[in-house]
Amino acid sequence: MNSYLEIKNITKRFGDFTALHEVSLAVEKGEFVTFLGPSGSGKTTTLMIIAGFEKATSGDVLVQGQSLSGLAPYQRNIGIVFQNYALFPHKTAADNVYFPLQMRGYGRGEGLEKAAEMLDLVGLKGFGDRYPKELSGGQQQRVALARALVFEPSLLLLDEPLGALDKNLREQMQIEIKRIQRRLGVTTVFVTHDQSEAMSMSDRIVVFEQGRIQQAASPLDVYHRPKTRFVAGFVGESNLIPARITDAAAGKADSPVLGNCEVKANGAADGQDVTLLIRPEHIRLSREPVDGRKNARMQVDTIVNYGDNALVMGRVGDLNMRARVLGRDVIILEEGDECCISWLPESVFVIEQ
Amino acid sequence: MGATISRLADKPNLWPWLLLTPLALYLAVFFAVPLFDVAVMSFTEPSLSFANYERVLTGKLYQQVFMNTFMTAGLVTLSCLLVGYPLAYLMNHVTRRTAMLILLLVTMSFWTSFLVRTYAWMVLLGNNGPVVAFLAAIGVDPAPQLLFTRFSSTLAMVHILAPYMIMNIYTVMQKIDPVLIRSAESLGARGWSLFRHVYLPLTAPGIANGCVLVFVICIGFYVTPVLLGSPREQMVAGLIGTQIEEFLAFGMGSAMAIILLVITLAILAVYHRRFGLDKLWG
Ligand SMILES: Nc1ncnc2c1ncn2[C@@H]1O[C@H](COP(=O)(O)OP(=O)(O)O)[C@@H](O)[C@H]1O
Ligand SMILES: [Mg+2]
Repeated sequence: MNSYLEIKNITKRFGDFTALHEVSLAVEKGEFVTFLGPSGSGKTTTLMIIAGFEKATSGDVLVQGQSLSGLAPYQRNIGIVFQNYALFPHKTAADNVYFPLQMRGYGRGEGLEKAAEMLDLVGLKGFGDRYPKELSGGQQQRVALARALVFEPSLLLLDEPLGALDKNLREQMQIEIKRIQRRLGVTTVFVTHDQSEAMSMSDRIVVFEQGRIQQAASPLDVYHRPKTRFVAGFVGESNLIPARITDAAAGKADSPVLGNCEVKANGAADGQDVTLLIRPEHIRLSREPVDGRKNARMQVDTIVNYGDNALVMGRVGDLNMRARVLGRDVIILEEGDECCISWLPESVFVIEQ
Repeated sequence: MGATISRLADKPNLWPWLLLTPLALYLAVFFAVPLFDVAVMSFTEPSLSFANYERVLTGKLYQQVFMNTFMTAGLVTLSCLLVGYPLAYLMNHVTRRTAMLILLLVTMSFWTSFLVRTYAWMVLLGNNGPVVAFLAAIGVDPAPQLLFTRFSSTLAMVHILAPYMIMNIYTVMQKIDPVLIRSAESLGARGWSLFRHVYLPLTAPGIANGCVLVFVICIGFYVTPVLLGSPREQMVAGLIGTQIEEFLAFGMGSAMAIILLVITLAILAVYHRRFGLDKLWG
């Protein structure tokens, strides 16, 4: 059975620079997929190829088994929300939303009625008569969303739509977009470089780096079972520790700094060089070693207190380590102290690449 | 420290304005004073009264010359728009090199004195000129009278004023965010509907600028219509010239000049209320 949206072996070159290497991805109907990656990793390029504004050097994009390659952007029936909203400044909010219907031959009466319904859905009831410049950033964002959805597109693409909003508004819009997407069941590709945004909104996260997909998995998988060092480092905070598997069956590894470690057994072979991942929130601080946990002594360099939680950074041997602990657990500690850090064997995830 | 800062902030710095004094003096001596003189003359020559204005505003001949002036200016403006818009569009949709080349050609004629350009048209359209020769060669014989007609003066004025139109529209087109066009396409627009519903309205400010500028310059045009136009279809500036040079009717000439000035200012005032005058030069 085919997936709803299939991206097949897309390669994109600009001159002799390859922006995308053999990118493949399948998205199911109604799914909310986020492209996450640093700036320049090829997210926008992939989106523009789906939308038809860029032509892939090789590869194909299919929606419901139909190739899009022969279709111009205006034939693709894909809704796009651009980062700067791209509202038509000479049209009111209602006319902006009516525009795609107008292009599809709707009469003004019926079209404006549908536009009003859509504005209502995005929480802008009564704002139809305003011009874009009379709306706040968040409201413009909602109009852009309504306009991209009103013609029942086969896909909704959003390219860093929240980048220009301040933090509170961004969080509010994240929830709004998610609510509207669920309500309409539209298959959505959302682009961001903000990992917390990706974590909170997505059914699935696709991590891009240098034109390649590093991992495509659920937010929790990406966080707890990253496939590569890059993903582990990019998504959330991490302690990455070089090590070698000594006994895969028994879940044992050897690290130059930490010595013998118990790890969660997975596919790595005996003698393989790997990276161990320990998330900072899985590390506990104590004065003395704790039984049943792996312990190490850390020289504390910096403590950043956020009130409810605190970030403690320090060194174990020549390895930088960080721990995120509850705010009240850090009061006993001062910068320059030595303390004990510890974790459970199941908190250690083995990254093979 | 704090006191120094607040004192600096309180006292407006007048020094930059000093740089404007030479210009202000120049304008006062060569523009404001003569203009004031003209205004005074329009009421005092030959005697103190409104008679000059009354004659200009009620006289059939004068009314016709004003009408003719507006018609010509309108025609010139429209022609400039029809020539300028596609050219500006072209400049925005070719490679940078080609665009610069077109820009160079457009501005080259911009920098040539318009007296020279007017004479060039006289040579081109004259009875012994290449256009008449060409018409004869293809069998249009006798060729129609080209020079000293409304056609020749309109053509030359379009040539002279089109760069204003092109530059204004080109600048506005250049500033259009390409993402807006993409977004229109993604919403299903293409070709004519894309142009009519998105591109054209976005360039409207450039059209308005260009039209106002061309129209306002055109209604005051003197040299070109006088040298190239039909003597029977005079424009206001030409008539003012005749009044003063041939009839020494300084009062009548002045009254017409003031009326023309008032009309020009009125157009600019309306434009200013709608768009803001600071936008006029792009
Ligand atoms: N039109 C183009 N010409 C040349 N290089 C481009 C073009 N568009 C994008 N690139 C390059 O391709 C890479 C990926 O860009 P992009 O997809 O915009 O990244 P992202 O959206 O992830 O930040 C970047 O290195 C960028 O410089
Ligand atoms: Mg991008």
